[in-house]
Amino acid sequence: MNEIIRDTTVSRRAFVVGSAVAGGGLALGLQLPSGIDTAAAQGAPEATEINIWVAIKPDDTCVIRIARSEMGQGTLTGLAQLVAEELECDWSKVATESVTPGRSLARQRAWGDMSTGGSRGIRTSQDYVRRAGATARMMLLQAAADEWKVPVGELTVSDGVIRHAASGRSTSYGKVAAAAAKLTAPDPKSITLKDPRSWKIAGKPLKRLDTNDKLNGSKVYAIDIQLPGMLCAAIKDCPVFGGKVKSYDEAKIAAMPGVKKVVKVKDTAVAVVADTWWRAKTALEALPIVWDEGEGGGVTSATIAQRMAEGLSASETNGDWGTGEAAKAIAGAAKKVEAVYGTPFLSHACMEVMNATVRLSADKAEVWVASQNVESSLAALSEASGVPLAKCEVHRHDLGGGFGRRGGTQDYVHQAVAIAKELPPNTPLKLIWSREEDQAHDFYRPISQCKMSAGLDADGNLVGLHLRVSGQSINATLNPTGIVGGKDKRQLQGLWEEPGDAQFGYTVPNLLIDYVMRNTHVPVGPWRGVNTNQNGVYLECFIDEVAKAAGKDPLEFRRALMSKHPKHLAVLNAAAEKADWGKPLPAGVHRGIAQFMGYGSYSAAVAEVSVSPQGKVKVHRMVLALNCGHAVNPGQIAAQVEGSVGYGLTATLYGECKVDKGRMVDLNFDTYEIMRLAEMPKVETVVVPSYDFWGGVGEPTICVVAPSVLNAIHAATGKPVRTLPLKNVKLV
Amino acid sequence: MTKLNINGSIKDVEVEPATPLLWVIREQVGLTGTKYGCGVAQCGACSVHINDEVQRSCSIRVGDIKPTDRIVTIEGLSATSSHPVQKAWAAVDVPQCGYCQSGQIMAAAALLKRVPKPTDKDIDEAMTNICRCGTYQRIRAAVHMAANDTTRT
Repeated sequence: MNEIIRDTTVSRRAFVVGSAVAGGGLALGLQLPSGIDTAAAQGAPEATEINIWVAIKPDDTCVIRIARSEMGQGTLTGLAQLVAEELECDWSKVATESVTPGRSLARQRAWGDMSTGGSRGIRTSQDYVRRAGATARMMLLQAAADEWKVPVGELTVSDGVIRHAASGRSTSYGKVAAAAAKLTAPDPKSITLKDPRSWKIAGKPLKRLDTNDKLNGSKVYAIDIQLPGMLCAAIKDCPVFGGKVKSYDEAKIAAMPGVKKVVKVKDTAVAVVADTWWRAKTALEALPIVWDEGEGGGVTSATIAQRMAEGLSASETNGDWGTGEAAKAIAGAAKKVEAVYGTPFLSHACMEVMNATVRLSADKAEVWVASQNVESSLAALSEASGVPLAKCEVHRHDLGGGFGRRGGTQDYVHQAVAIAKELPPNTPLKLIWSREEDQAHDFYRPISQCKMSAGLDADGNLVGLHLRVSGQSINATLNPTGIVGGKDKRQLQGLWEEPGDAQFGYTVPNLLIDYVMRNTHVPVGPWRGVNTNQNGVYLECFIDEVAKAAGKDPLEFRRALMSKHPKHLAVLNAAAEKADWGKPLPAGVHRGIAQFMGYGSYSAAVAEVSVSPQGKVKVHRMVLALNCGHAVNPGQIAAQVEGSVGYGLTATLYGECKVDKGRMVDLNFDTYEIMRLAEMPKVETVVVPSYDFWGGVGEPTICVVAPSVLNAIHAATGKPVRTLPLKNVKLV
Repeated sequence: MTKLNINGSIKDVEVEPATPLLWVIREQVGLTGTKYGCGVAQCGACSVHINDEVQRSCSIRVGDIKPTDRIVTIEGLSATSSHPVQKAWAAVDVPQCGYCQSGQIMAAAALLKRVPKPTDKDIDEAMTNICRCGTYQRIRAAVHMAANDTTRT
């Protein structure tokens, strides 16, 4: 069992939508638009829908619907565990089915938010999916009670088998599903969710449900889709951001093998359509294109760095918070510490390059795509094609990496539709970006710099701290209307005053944290961990510098500032304890520590690092502690923590998107280096759930990876590292 | 016309000789388990076996393949995902997004054929494929597990 069922097998006659679930109670009698959501599988045993999240087959298979995207982060398995826990079904008979946005729209967005970013996949849907599982269980039990004419309170259920002890009778979910579906959903107030401490399916390190087809090549990613009569396109957008196409000479490639058409895409890009992608790409490379580079052609990494540096001393800020009088306290302090840090643009470099396949006709538009926001994909398809939303559909494919790249922008869907519109109706068109195009046209992790000043009293206590971030705003690229009064508070992510999501974890008597927005022509976007990455490096490395100036142990120095932030402190202590902080290490190996908060969760790390006489860094071991409130699958949490080390260490060691002549310089993995297995340290994950909130998992720990490693290097060499990546830094 | 021996069967393909083997496998032969990642032999997502050795198919011209060369893709590694490497990958829960894993598995299978009991250093040197999800720790564990699989032939 446990396969992912891609087609709906739900009986249309058996809708009973639980009012307890988000957007529920809407579907009865709703007219489905033509051509959408009618893909009932032929021949497969039909599943009866108990509510929108749970359908049950006669053979007791429990089909759990998943609305969020799976990109490797394990959300699919975690959500299924939460539903199965309340449903009390047999985990070995669980199958999952992903819900398309067209289907959700046809039922008035019954499945709610489908977007998958910000480490929200589980924490913002856990309540309604657990309630759906509980609702279904109650209805299935009621159906058995009705059949046996006994009070429902006399029944017990375990692994999908319902028993009546007094009469010795038993039945299974598959046998009562049809009757259960006809019942009215229970009053939401009558639902009591389980105490997570008593979970039997959730909370356990169960294996992922979606592994098997990743082992034998049978999993179909969006890039793999093959449709009858399909054509393929390769695309080149103006390498200078903001530039346009001036002209191109399509006669030069018209006779090349397989070439069907050359299409100008909007004003900025040229695509070649051919019978195969390789032929399209080959012809595109041979196509002479003249660009109008626009105003960005003179921009370099150096001019961008100057712009960031200017912001460090600007008198006008875009936002701030603080306590006391930081400037005065620092000016009058017995000892002052000052430093300027900087972090570069980074690309996402998903292993599966951007791609989308579309098929358009006058009254229907479809896209096959890997998306973190399938409703945005649907909207992009409709907007670009002119086909009404109700006649659009997104065929979901699990993502070959997302990391924030495949969210709301859906630029590749817009492009694919623009190309397909130039082809005969119903011609499937698959657009694939080359790796070079993927590197050249990302929405990059924002660049920023940070200037920090601290004052210590005669006893080495921190009396004042000023932290100024000067950097680029994601909202300025992706959501300009979200900037009100010049503010994009995400620039200070992880340094916020308010608790709950990304709170600053120290108490400093005189504190000023402020930021200025310095945008560039380079488009930016969320990148696993977003601004907690940069801000985590700034704060946590500087705290180490200050601790050193105070002559104190970096762990003890932090602890003294954290008494009013017990959850931050608890994970710091958990990491330190597991890593044997303070105990001897092999000669030449040094420890560094860091803590930070993001995505509603608390993270800390200890890195063990050595630096060779030649200045080569080796990260031997990393211990990461995470309090994400409730731990739905500790095994998959560990996998995400390990993954955050892989992604975070690549950024620390190698990650840098240089800009020259207004464009990206490093366009493939030969120069944009990615960490390989040989450099992966031993990672130990300590999950310390406090059972009183729901935090994220995919992103929180990445922000402590770089600072803990940099602090260990500082300990090893005696010199702080203030710029990334390390490949540019001479350590000895 | 080029003759290719892929997964034990002969395929005739009509394609320019300069076409990379990767794209012939994906677009002409229609086997999509072998992935495009970089096109410059850096990431290894396109790894296949040619005469039992792991090769990065994005950087091999199909015109340089001889009809006698035995090409094995991920689809041909085993009939039922029963290769010790595939079993170990499942047992250790290696894949996250899974996109690079065809190449990782092919690289690991070739390593074990050459070095039945690899050391960590052997694994460091042989497993150079890129994984952006960061599954490296589990890949290492799974290679060791596969090496200790007593059913391995």
